[in-house]
Amino acid sequence: MTVLKPQGVLRPGTGPVAWLARIALAAVFAFPLLFMVVSSLKPDQQIFGDLGSPAAFLPVGHLSLDNYAAVFDRVPAARFLLNSVGVSAVTVALGVVVNSMAAFALSRMRVRGKGIILTLVIATLIVPFETLALPLVWWVNQLPWLTANGFSLELTTGWLDTYQVQVLPFVANAFSIYLFHQYFDSIPKELDEAARMDGAGWFTIYRRVVMPLSGPAVATVAILTFLPAWNSYLWPLMVVQSEELRPVMLGVQYFFQLNVSWGEVMAYTSLITLPVVALFIAFQRAFVNSIAASGVKG
Amino acid sequence: MKTAVKRLLAASVVATALGGSLVACGSGSGGSGDGANGELTLWTHNAGNKEELAAIQSLVDEYNAKPDKKATVKVQAFPQDSYNDSVVAAASAKKLPCIVDIDGPNVPNWAWSKYLAPLELSADLSKNLPSTLGEWNGKTYSVGHYDVALALLARRSDLTAAGVRIPTIDSPWTKDELDAALEKLKGLGTWEHPLDLGTGGTGEWLPYAYSPFLQSAGGDLVNRDGYQSADGTLNGDAAVEWAEWFHGLVEKGYAAQKSGKDTTADFIAGKSAILYTGSWAADKARAALGDDLVVLPSVDLGEGPKIGGGSWQWGVTSGCKSAEAAMDYLSFTLAPENVAKIAQATGTIPATEEAAALIPAYAPGGANSIFREFSQEFAVLRPETPAYPFIATEFGKATQDILSGADPKSTLDKAVKDIDANIKSNGGYKG
Amino acid sequence: MTTHSVTDRASDRAPHAPRVGGRAARPGPLPGPRTRPRSGTMAGAVARREERLGWAMIAPAALLLVLFIVVPALLAFGLAFTNARLISPYPPEFVGLDNFVRLAEDATFWRSLANVAYFAVVVVPLQSALALGMALLVNVRVRGVNFFRTVYFLPVVTSMVVVSLLWLFMYRQEGLLNEVIRAVTFGLVEGPDWLNDPATAMPAVILMSVWQAAGFHMIIWLSGLQTIPGDLYEAAALDGVSTWQRFRHITWPGLRATRNLILVTITIQALSLFTQIDVMTQGGPLDSTTTIVHQAVQTGFRQQETSYASAISLVFFVLVLIVSSAQRYLTREKS
Repeated sequence: MTVLKPQGVLRPGTGPVAWLARIALAAVFAFPLLFMVVSSLKPDQQIFGDLGSPAAFLPVGHLSLDNYAAVFDRVPAARFLLNSVGVSAVTVALGVVVNSMAAFALSRMRVRGKGIILTLVIATLIVPFETLALPLVWWVNQLPWLTANGFSLELTTGWLDTYQVQVLPFVANAFSIYLFHQYFDSIPKELDEAARMDGAGWFTIYRRVVMPLSGPAVATVAILTFLPAWNSYLWPLMVVQSEELRPVMLGVQYFFQLNVSWGEVMAYTSLITLPVVALFIAFQRAFVNSIAASGVKG
Repeated sequence: MKTAVKRLLAASVVATALGGSLVACGSGSGGSGDGANGELTLWTHNAGNKEELAAIQSLVDEYNAKPDKKATVKVQAFPQDSYNDSVVAAASAKKLPCIVDIDGPNVPNWAWSKYLAPLELSADLSKNLPSTLGEWNGKTYSVGHYDVALALLARRSDLTAAGVRIPTIDSPWTKDELDAALEKLKGLGTWEHPLDLGTGGTGEWLPYAYSPFLQSAGGDLVNRDGYQSADGTLNGDAAVEWAEWFHGLVEKGYAAQKSGKDTTADFIAGKSAILYTGSWAADKARAALGDDLVVLPSVDLGEGPKIGGGSWQWGVTSGCKSAEAAMDYLSFTLAPENVAKIAQATGTIPATEEAAALIPAYAPGGANSIFREFSQEFAVLRPETPAYPFIATEFGKATQDILSGADPKSTLDKAVKDIDANIKSNGGYKG
Repeated sequence: MTTHSVTDRASDRAPHAPRVGGRAARPGPLPGPRTRPRSGTMAGAVARREERLGWAMIAPAALLLVLFIVVPALLAFGLAFTNARLISPYPPEFVGLDNFVRLAEDATFWRSLANVAYFAVVVVPLQSALALGMALLVNVRVRGVNFFRTVYFLPVVTSMVVVSLLWLFMYRQEGLLNEVIRAVTFGLVEGPDWLNDPATAMPAVILMSVWQAAGFHMIIWLSGLQTIPGDLYEAAALDGVSTWQRFRHITWPGLRATRNLILVTITIQALSLFTQIDVMTQGGPLDSTTTIVHQAVQTGFRQQETSYASAISLVFFVLVLIVSSAQRYLTREKS
């Protein structure tokens, strides 16, 4: 990661108090998750037995992957993971393109009424999804879709029990548009003016000038689109019926049948959390590097 | 953009109208469209429960292999905790499969909403336990392979150590006896809460498990004469007395306000002396405790012990395009050996005596035959009214509040007020 | 004005446009000759083409927002005045304000409002302050800070369903949290039964929610901090300014736009409290954790009273609208 050279002056935030605070906070944030992962390797008896001692956070005692084996036995976990990866990836890809285009037009181009549009877009932020879910179930079931049937396309009605119903409602996002808008505003206008002098059209400026400079905004929007897509629960519960289309969160309920094994619960929750953590750590690097590389500051 | 939206709206309206009219031609208001092309789908609540699902799958495989099958059946499994949510959402969008798994007490609601078609089976249902049939307005809409029975599980050694009488089906514990037993057990100091009532449960467990106590005390969920009001039955003196007794169990430290997620495991691990649970838990407990396990009848709070009747059952939706094939499949599964297979896998009471005879544990004299007796002696169906799903959620919330120390009378009064308003706003659920 | 061409009028608005969205226009160099308003039909055609392309670029997002937010919101609006059920043999009928009258008399609804207010009043300052502290702690360019930023963000990448289950397990009477409390206090303090006591259930939900979401707002603060020019700090450092003064006079004023964003997002997040409640407490014990969104889902979905749930949602929209407008108004007054 990028570490800048010391600046020659004493920088605040490097004293022992700050370090102590950092470490204490890290413990608070990491320990519950550590507990989850460590417990996933232990049999139930030991999970409960270790609660009263530091062993709860340590991989000690009888460790095995038994819980993971049981998870795959109980849930089609591989399929669920694949579905979630696909749904999240497509949502992120479409989300970045759709929202950045809208934000670009609103930030850079002369469009009449764009102030009102931006206000309206931001107003959609106040609507929590849960309260729309029910009417939306009915509504998506009225929507048409083209389905490939052999070599011909067929018009079908109803999006229930499909992949698109898990993706499309979450592509356009007011918060993403706002973030892009804010970021684009901070990119000096001189850059696109120069491109315009070279005869570039607006779309080219968007694609070749502004977007390449917007790495941090793309990374942020990608993360913020990915997380709810990966974590969605209530919506797929309502609109997905086939097991082969279910995302990972619907697997959680599989573990609260008659016999509950907390070890298995911990194993499954670890299994669906760790890929996201890994992805975030990878993204975090890109995020940091792109800040350093573009040199864009306010 | 405006034109684009208009165009899309127009397109979807047209598409809806087209789709709607097609469905309307083919079927009733449950219009699912499932069952075309010689294939029909079956939904079940067993995802994550390997044995049960495997038993259902094996029946389906057997049917699909039959030369005279009328359609190919496909299984779609859901986890139980979210099954009703998924089904209700699908029903509201008219996307139900041909065959659905329904919790018995919800059948009248489904029949009233015209989502279910009356059964027309070649199998004879007259010998089924009455609690395995879902009826409404004089017609049968669903049939189950099994029923379950509530009971108290305990260790003989614990009860003897505490000097507590072991109750029998003819002489169950009375309210005072249970109280004395719990006091003695608590006195041994082995358990923080000697009685595990499964208070950590949610959803349908709450009315299933606790409304029988209310009925044993002389109250009920709703006045069964016409099913128009709960006033006087759910908030009468008997009901208030029940609520005070129920909260007393928690107050005196006999039972936890919220027990664990897996009460059977807790009981086997020695965290409780007496476990109030269903017959499904018996096999697991017996495997762990052997002969020390005793299966006791539920407590008599005045009107004799009561337990909930009616478990998961099968129905055919009114929108199914090959209802005949769906009925054929159900008839096939009701053969005694098939009923036995499902009951065995689920550890439940087989729906017919013929099937029971095929399972050693449920055959006369078998270790689990006592559950069959409980079922015959004590079972009370949950109110057979389309209002049931609403009543169930209100009662569930009321019991949770009562366990948490809410004032019994005002809590029950509020539930009654809401239930009566709901019945009224649905035109009395007539029709 | 009358003599101005269409083009001129369109471009007159351009300088104002960037102000929308609460952002002050950047003091930048004057527009070069190329962007100065031009007259004539050529320029008019260019402007029209720009306008068309602009709309085309906005269209996909706008269409999707209309389809998946505006339409269902309007549907919810309409349903609120009917007696529609999720499952019923009868078609819905218009019933006027019946649902709202019932709502006004519904004790659980008022309790939901109070709970949400309680949650918001505690969480908004607590979480934004904690997140700002965390952002300041990781906005230092020294080795290892990246690690801490990653750790602080970990709960955010963990699903709320998973987090709720995990904390449900930790909050048990004999759970991890009480064991830790016992160990730290040498057995002197016995932790409460967190989620089953009406007095501690909401604080427990608050604690968990702050834990889960603080990292998210840390990132927003961080992006705000990084827009503050570094040379300001360098100048301050050379002048030997204290840490507090530095924060008071450089950092805090520099975070004005970020502050508003944080305030709005945390408030909306607080008002929409749902998943934690649904997994951990189902609104209990004794309605101590019931919330508006939870009540809407519970009545609309589980109790099948679609129209009543829509009425709850409608009241909720209005409420959020009032709160966020009030916030905008208040934060504007101060500047």
